[in-house]
Amino acid sequence: MTRYVLRRILWGILLLILVSALTFVLFRILPTAEPARLRAGQNASPRVIAELRVDLGLNKPLITQFWLYMKGLFLHGELGYSYHSGASVRSLIFNRLPATLSLTIGAMVIWMAIGLPIGILSALRRRSRADRASMGVALLFISAPEYWLGLIALYLFAADIGQIRVFPGAGSYVGLTEDPWKWFTSLILPWLVLAAGFAAVYARVMRGSLIETMSEDYIRTARAKGLPERRVVLRHGVRAAITPIMTIFALDVGVLLGGAVLVETVFDIPGIGRLNYDAITHADFPIIQGTVLLAALFIIVANILVDIAYAYLDPRVRYS
Amino acid sequence: MTLGAAELPYAAGGGSLGPMDFPAASAAQNGIAARSPLALFWRRFRQDRVALVSLAFIALLIVVAIAAPLVVKLLDLPGPDVQNSNLTNQFGSPLGPSLAHPFGVDQLGQDVASRVIYGTRVSLIVGLLGTAIATLLGTIVGLLAGFYGGWIDTVLSRFIDVVLAIPVLLLGLGLGAACEVRGCLDGHVHSGLGVIIFLIALVNWTYIARIVRGRVLSLREQEFVEAARSQGASGARIMLREILPNLAAPIVVYSSLLIPQNILLEAALSFLGVGVRPPTASWGQMIAAATPIFNTAWWYMVFPGVALLLTVLAFNLVGDGLQDALNPRTAR
Repeated sequence: MTRYVLRRILWGILLLILVSALTFVLFRILPTAEPARLRAGQNASPRVIAELRVDLGLNKPLITQFWLYMKGLFLHGELGYSYHSGASVRSLIFNRLPATLSLTIGAMVIWMAIGLPIGILSALRRRSRADRASMGVALLFISAPEYWLGLIALYLFAADIGQIRVFPGAGSYVGLTEDPWKWFTSLILPWLVLAAGFAAVYARVMRGSLIETMSEDYIRTARAKGLPERRVVLRHGVRAAITPIMTIFALDVGVLLGGAVLVETVFDIPGIGRLNYDAITHADFPIIQGTVLLAALFIIVANILVDIAYAYLDPRVRYS
Repeated sequence: MTLGAAELPYAAGGGSLGPMDFPAASAAQNGIAARSPLALFWRRFRQDRVALVSLAFIALLIVVAIAAPLVVKLLDLPGPDVQNSNLTNQFGSPLGPSLAHPFGVDQLGQDVASRVIYGTRVSLIVGLLGTAIATLLGTIVGLLAGFYGGWIDTVLSRFIDVVLAIPVLLLGLGLGAACEVRGCLDGHVHSGLGVIIFLIALVNWTYIARIVRGRVLSLREQEFVEAARSQGASGARIMLREILPNLAAPIVVYSSLLIPQNILLEAALSFLGVGVRPPTASWGQMIAAATPIFNTAWWYMVFPGVALLLTVLAFNLVGDGLQDALNPRTAR
């Protein structure tokens, strides 16, 4: 078991190195725009740009730049400095992390709490009216773009501009430590909007997975043994059916922690996603690079955790 | 959109139409011709009314996309980039739905209905073409990796892992932003439709590749492959003639699930400003432009969104129908 874990972690580290190299290619080699020029701003003189070029080490051969970049990244956690504001990318990201965490974890709780029970109930009452209705609604939420749902939610319910003024509008987020109640109310709409699509997907996946599981022989055996139906469903059915949910859950959380760009933009939440969006409008490559790397890190870690969990549950996996 | 991994049906379970899947023997003896798998599939698909309606809707969308100028002319609407600054009310905000402009008008005076119609082009091109390229790439890679195995498989699988570790939307944003300032690759590539299609293909081929590889791994061990090999068939011939036809069903199912996600992805990228640039009409970009004024000019935000919703919904329903028709054992 430990050998499998070690193997996975080593592969994860290698992956991270490869992805870092890839981002270097994407943001240094691909674009025609020069970092020195971008950093210097609109009306900089050629002398300033030349000085910046030396400062940023851009006059060195590409290989040397790449080596310095990787060394800085892995040894010092150095993510560079913003072209736009000069602030350290790392500090910017850490400042924005709490907002993204608040949004992600809250949405996670909601979508699991709504999606899974609906999926389970739908699977148990196949083809009933409730099943068709809930799956229909689920499909609607999957098909709608989340930023559009967010705008509609704001249009209907926002305190400043909505038709029915219930929830605080966009841009009203405050940190948890500043004002817990305001933090909570300002996140309700974003949570619901973000969770809607995921709840729909999870309901559908849970339903399909449980339907397949419930047709297995051992469920029939459990019933024949005289176990109460509830126990059969929960203890035997759901337990086995939950594995695909686990996989996608880890992946979804990994991706979301990199910043739910769309929802954060619509609701003006100062998270990592929003940081990314602002960086794009300013062609602020170091920030974009930093957030892509951070998101990749979360995804890789999530993948490793899922693989380890699978290896724990299914011994055959360890020897592959 | 991060709903990618979730919606792919049971890769391990779920049957497909295998080579021995129709009761030919006894039927032929009675003088009854067996139905081909295609006919069986179509018969099952036809039973799903909702999927049929959605398919018709998609056909309509394709017609509208191709004949967009004609449709706009028939409905007596101005072109999508015809700006008209007279179409504002006394406060300077654009006019709402009226007879001349059924969906209203945006800040630049462009007719929303006309732009929604032209927007079909972008969404469909990106969704269909991007998915097609991704499917082609993924099938080739999956076929090679699964069939030959060994170090080819290892290298390709690791490569897939790397691509999957990269966050999709962020990568799209990054590429879009990187190529926006002065172009990429010495200015030869500029952000726009081409980059988006490339990005979508880049991001989606791994899903298809993994699934194809899994299927090929199990198909490879079956007797008909061994029989072909014993007759002296080359690797390429076995792959094309024996294995590929059996992959048709899962490939169709999975790629049909990818199309709606790619349409949403293009809209999301356009919403964030790195997709299709104005004046080309794209639904996502229209929603983005509507954001500053949507509390008063609701029509500019609502109609493109509804168009997106209906299009993606239609593709999802057809995808579900295809899945039910091609995998009858896992029917809901």
